This record gives sequence, C-alpha cells and structure tokens, in this order.
Amino acid sequence: MLTVRNLRKTFVTPQGSLEAIKDVSFQVEKGEIFGVIGFSGAGKSTLIRCLNRLEEPDSGQIFINGRDITLLAGQSLREARKKIGMIFQHFNLFDSRTVWKNISFPMEVARLPTREIAKRVEKLLEVVGLVDKADAYPAQLSGGQKQRVGIARALAMEPELLLIDEATSALDPLTTRSILKLLQDINRQSGVTVVLITHEMDVVRQICHRVAVMEEGRLVEMGDVQEVFNEPKSKTTQLFLQQMIFNSKENDKNSSSAGIERAFGARSGPCEGAVLIGEVNRYAG
Amino acid sequence: MQDDLWLLLLTGTEETLYMVALSTLLAILLGLPLGVTLVVTAPGHVLPVPTVHKFLGALINATRSFPFIILIVILLPLSRLLVGTTLGATAAVIPLAIGSAPFLARIIENCLKEVELGKVEAAIAMGAQPMEIVAKVLIPEATASLIRGLTLAIITITSFTATAGAIGAGGLGSLAIRYGYLRYRDDVMLATILTLIILVQGMQWLGNRVALAVEHRRYRFK
Repeated sequence: MLTVRNLRKTFVTPQGSLEAIKDVSFQVEKGEIFGVIGFSGAGKSTLIRCLNRLEEPDSGQIFINGRDITLLAGQSLREARKKIGMIFQHFNLFDSRTVWKNISFPMEVARLPTREIAKRVEKLLEVVGLVDKADAYPAQLSGGQKQRVGIARALAMEPELLLIDEATSALDPLTTRSILKLLQDINRQSGVTVVLITHEMDVVRQICHRVAVMEEGRLVEMGDVQEVFNEPKSKTTQLFLQQMIFNSKENDKNSSSAGIERAFGARSGPCEGAVLIGEVNRYAG
Repeated sequence: MQDDLWLLLLTGTEETLYMVALSTLLAILLGLPLGVTLVVTAPGHVLPVPTVHKFLGALINATRSFPFIILIVILLPLSRLLVGTTLGATAAVIPLAIGSAPFLARIIENCLKEVELGKVEAAIAMGAQPMEIVAKVLIPEATASLIRGLTLAIITITSFTATAGAIGAGGLGSLAIRYGYLRYRDDVMLATILTLIILVQGMQWLGNRVALAVEHRRYRFK
C-alpha cells in the first residue's frame, strides 16, 4: 500500500547541514499499523512529514497505492493529501471553530455537499465518543478529548493512509490507553493503513503490527513487534527495552487498582475516567 | 465659558469621527490585502514569493518613515485630484488612509504570524488551498488579536486627525489649535482634550469588549 524507497532529506542551516533522513526504505501493507520508534532527533518526525510532503524530501520515492506522490504538485498534490489523514502531537485544532466545525473542515475544503458533511460529522462524533461536545470549543476540552477531535478530523475524508505524529506524547498514561484503543478499533473496523511515530515503547507494544527502529536518520531494525523486541539488535532498541522494564517494575510497585482510582479521583473532573478505571482495573487484575 | 463652545465641540467631534471612520475603512481596504500578502509570500509560508515579500516590506517601511505631517503635505495634490480640495475633513481622509494603511498592514502581519504554524500545517495536510488557509484558518484564528490591533490603529488614526487638523483638516485637533492655541481659548483647549480622552477611552473599551466576545479562550484576561 505504501512503499518508501531510498528517501533522503538534509536540512541546510547557517550552522551547517543536518542529514535528517539517510536512505530510508520500507513497505507498509494495506490495513497494517506500522510503527517507527526512536529517540528525539532520530528523524522520525521528518520521515512521517515527508509522507504527505509537509516536508520536501531531497530524493527517493514514496508510492501510495502505486502512485509516486513525490512527483505531484499543486492541485494533484492537494487531492492526494485529502486521502491522507494526519494526527498531530499538539492536536492543531482550530480554536475559533467548534468541535463540529473542526471535524467538518477537511470536508468543507473538499467541497462535499452540506448534507453529506452533516451526516459524516454526526457519525464521527459517535465514533470518537464526543456527541455531547459537538458545540464546544477546543479550549473547553481536555487533552484526550482534543485528540479525539483530531482523530475524527483526520478520518473525515475516509483516508487510505493515516499518519500519526506522536499522537499520545502530550497525554497522560490513562488517556493514552484510551486513545490507542480508539485508534486500534478504527483500524480494525475501517481497515485504514496506519503509519505512526512515537518515542513510547508502550504505543508500539499495544497497537503496532510491525515496527521499525530509527537511529540517526536510518532504520536500523525492522520487523514484527514481537520479533524485534525479543531479539533486539540495535543500541536504540536495547535502550528502549531497558526503559520499559524499568517502567513496569515501577508500575508493579504502585499499581493497586485502588491507588489508581484514588489518583484519578484526586485529579477529579468528569472526563474519560469511568471507562478507563474499569479498563485499568481489568488490566491491573 | 462661552456659548459657542458646545457647538464647536459638537462639530469638531463629528468631523473627527467622520475622518476616523472613513480613513479607517479605507486603511483596512488597503492594509488588509497588504498585510495578508506580506504574510503568505514570506519564505516557507503558503504562497512563498520572497521578492514580493521583500518589496512590500520595504514599501511599508518607506511609507512609515515619513513624519505624518510631511506625508500629508506630499499627498495634498492627490487629495485635490480625488476630492477636489485640500481643505476640510474629506480631503484629510486621503492622507490619513494612506498614512495609516502601512501601519495597519504591519499590525495585521503580526496578528497573522501569531497563528500557530501547526494549524496552518494541519490545513495544508488536509489539502486546503492557500487562499482557503487565509480565509478559513489565518483570519478566523487571529480575529481577536486583529480586533485588538485594529483598536490600536483606530486610536492612532484619531491622533493623526489632530495632526491633520493643524493644516486645515477640521475636527477636534483643528479646534484645539485654532481656538485653544491661536486664540488663547483655554476653555476650548481643555474641552477638546477631555473629549479626545473620552473618545479614546470609549474606543479602547469597545475594542476590548468585542475582542473578548469573539475569543474562545480558556482563561479570559480582561
């Protein structure tokens, strides 16, 4: 579905040039969730931004459904982008628009008929569980709710490819879980192909089918999630694994479900808590 | 205090408001396209044309370098051409508008630049055209700060009208100079200044209220 071949990108700054992507190639099958994990500065963001040409690659090819999008320009590029959804770390919602109007934005841009827009917005609000927030403004939402709007907006044009740029990095662990669950459900139901980048091991473990590890602009490891994590070859993968083991030990120490409920209660606020506490209880046993 | 004071004040205020309103309107018509063009043609923005960007920037700076009173004198022939006279409120509107348009353009540029680039990128990623991004993202997202900036510009234009009053434009400024200064009418001087203070306070108050009303922020600083 997605094929990237020999992608290169160098940023030229007055301080010198920086090779952000050094000859990257990979393939993603239709319906797959493909994760790219790496530390800050590894080139993940540049890589995913090249896929819809928010960043202009220097060389290489990017085929989406057989069409090389590096060759597109102007209107044909804009048309191609309408079929590529993108979700951002900082949501990038339009503060002057209500939730409803944020979700309708890509469809307004694509000039869909008003009735069709209304129909899809209603449906998307249900999918992301924000029916009662249709007329709220982003400033009135929690982080998790904002990202749900971001997801609905990215799905509005029924994309073939969904790009997820650190979607959960600005969210707390519980909200992260609920967002990941939502993304997973969407992937299962619609069969949309997903490329996500993250620096969180848990994200990869929870929803990715395959993973690539990025280090200094190169993909140093790639394969099924189990495979890569069972036999880590690169330094980056080993470091991530160590970090995860450390985290899970910490969790074992603190994670009685009562503790989590208490912590959640103390934070208060009628947010997405109820569902999550149940989920976390099941998870923690 | 003499009987003619109220009449003088009333006519003066009327003329000032007329000049401010009309020249603000014209300044927006000139300054908004100028400001928007300045922003979108900047390198890396949605319609990058660096030469246009640089040219407009230089043009705005050049216009803004003129002391306002000199700009009026230079533009007097243009007023004569367009309005038929160089005297009175309508004739003053031409230099007022041209003098304040570049200032307004810079304010608009600043407001639009404050819109987070991430929002613009989101719109690009959704396949929006440059002009759609201006109309549906940049301007709506900057509305509150645009209104605050416009308030700033209107108040500056109000003080410009006083300068214009010194060379035949009419309005409160002219009143203060002709009566208050040249004829030693302290009552007129005082009344004019008080009226201007009230006018400016009112404009700022209104600007703040409108800006607050269109803003959807979590925390509202009054």
